[in-house]
Amino acid sequence: MSTTAEATIDVRVWRGGEEGEYQSFAVPRRDSQTVLDVVTWIQRHADPTLAYRFACRVGVCGSCAMTVNGRPRWTCRTHVSKVVEDGRLEIGPLANLPVIRDLAADMTPFFEKWQKAEGTFVPSRTRHEPLESISPESAERQAADAAIECINCGVCYAACDTVRWNPEYFGPAALNRSWSLVNDVRDTANLQRLAAAASNGGCHNCHSHQSCEQLCPKGLNPTASIAGLKRRTMQAYIRGEIA
Amino acid sequence: MSAVRLYVWQRLTAVLMVPLIAVHLIVIIYATNRGLSAAEILGRTQGSVAWGLFYSLFVAAASIHGAIGVRGVAREWLGWRETALNRLMWIFGVVLLVLGLRAVFAVVVP
Amino acid sequence: MSHPHNTSYRGDRLWLAAMVHRVSGVLLAAFLPLHFLVLGLAIEGEGQLDGFLQWTKTPLVKFAETGLVLLLAIHLLGGIRVLVIENMPWREGQKRMATLAAAAAVCIAGVFLVALL
Repeated sequence: MSTTAEATIDVRVWRGGEEGEYQSFAVPRRDSQTVLDVVTWIQRHADPTLAYRFACRVGVCGSCAMTVNGRPRWTCRTHVSKVVEDGRLEIGPLANLPVIRDLAADMTPFFEKWQKAEGTFVPSRTRHEPLESISPESAERQAADAAIECINCGVCYAACDTVRWNPEYFGPAALNRSWSLVNDVRDTANLQRLAAAASNGGCHNCHSHQSCEQLCPKGLNPTASIAGLKRRTMQAYIRGEIA
Repeated sequence: MSAVRLYVWQRLTAVLMVPLIAVHLIVIIYATNRGLSAAEILGRTQGSVAWGLFYSLFVAAASIHGAIGVRGVAREWLGWRETALNRLMWIFGVVLLVLGLRAVFAVVVP
Repeated sequence: MSHPHNTSYRGDRLWLAAMVHRVSGVLLAAFLPLHFLVLGLAIEGEGQLDGFLQWTKTPLVKFAETGLVLLLAIHLLGGIRVLVIENMPWREGQKRMATLAAAAAVCIAGVFLVALL
């Protein structure tokens, strides 16, 4: 790695809570530098009071998600060279969530909506019964598998315009999880789940902007999952299973 | 009105209107090509049961679809709440329906 | 004045398609009552409607009418995009389809304009 004292990046970082301002730092430019490296440098060498969140720093946990030059991203997996514009970076907390301090957003509403969308598995068998045999090739299992890798990083939620416009909307992650459970044939809570998806905060709010699908770091497709929920709720409505 | 019910009505009227709009666009282009005048329009529509039914259906579908559509926009961009949204939807829908059927009557009934 | 949450991904082609679809719908909804009122002039007989139609022969109105046809075509094609996403198996190449749809809408409006002139 080479460093030159002269090469720096002008980094503006959000300081404060909902009210606050961007503070500028001159951070040394290094090869293969990630945005998380930049934030870490600031906290260690310039201002120890900077609040931010990270854990694995290798793109597995999703904790380091922040808004970088206007887009929600995993900062540990975002190379500075890919996002820097005219030698400048702007870093803020994840959008659509309350700000705790500086770059740390409060994920509580995100998880509350996860619960409201009935994103919990409800088993049909007990431990005393034999395991249910599920073929990985079945259509439902493939649909569930396509949606199941979500690690709740919140990037899709931060990217979603409809979440921003409608405080009741569950958002792409919660509905994507709901879809993966709807397709789990071992689960018994589908009626409640579809009723939740058909409620005021549910899948019908989605306008298929597809920002979630474009930005998901795991390549998931909440737009498609939500489209699936729209079809299932429509069928359930026509059959009179939900109001 | 539940979210799923509004969605179903919105999408069904949309599907219904796809062929209706196609026909309407062709008629518009055909009519303006021949020079638009009241006589030209009324010559086609007056006394025609077919055009009467066609446009009545179109008006009904458009009224429902448009009313539900603006309800969604008012909720997301104006932040209105449930009561105001429903009032907007019903009033706008009824206004479109009444004005629209009146227009169909105007051009079909001699 | 500073806002912690900037969003610059809006401007991607599919986001733009959705936004244009919404705006065209609102404009069409605003236009429809006027359209119905004009046609309703025929209740009084041909005269009133014809008088109005003569006014529409001015270039400015012709331009506006072409705009309306463009709005209708855009809203129709954007709506078909939504119906396809929601009811058919997921497909790639949507950005290309969105561009094609926009081009088709412009063509339809173009045909109208030619018919008008």
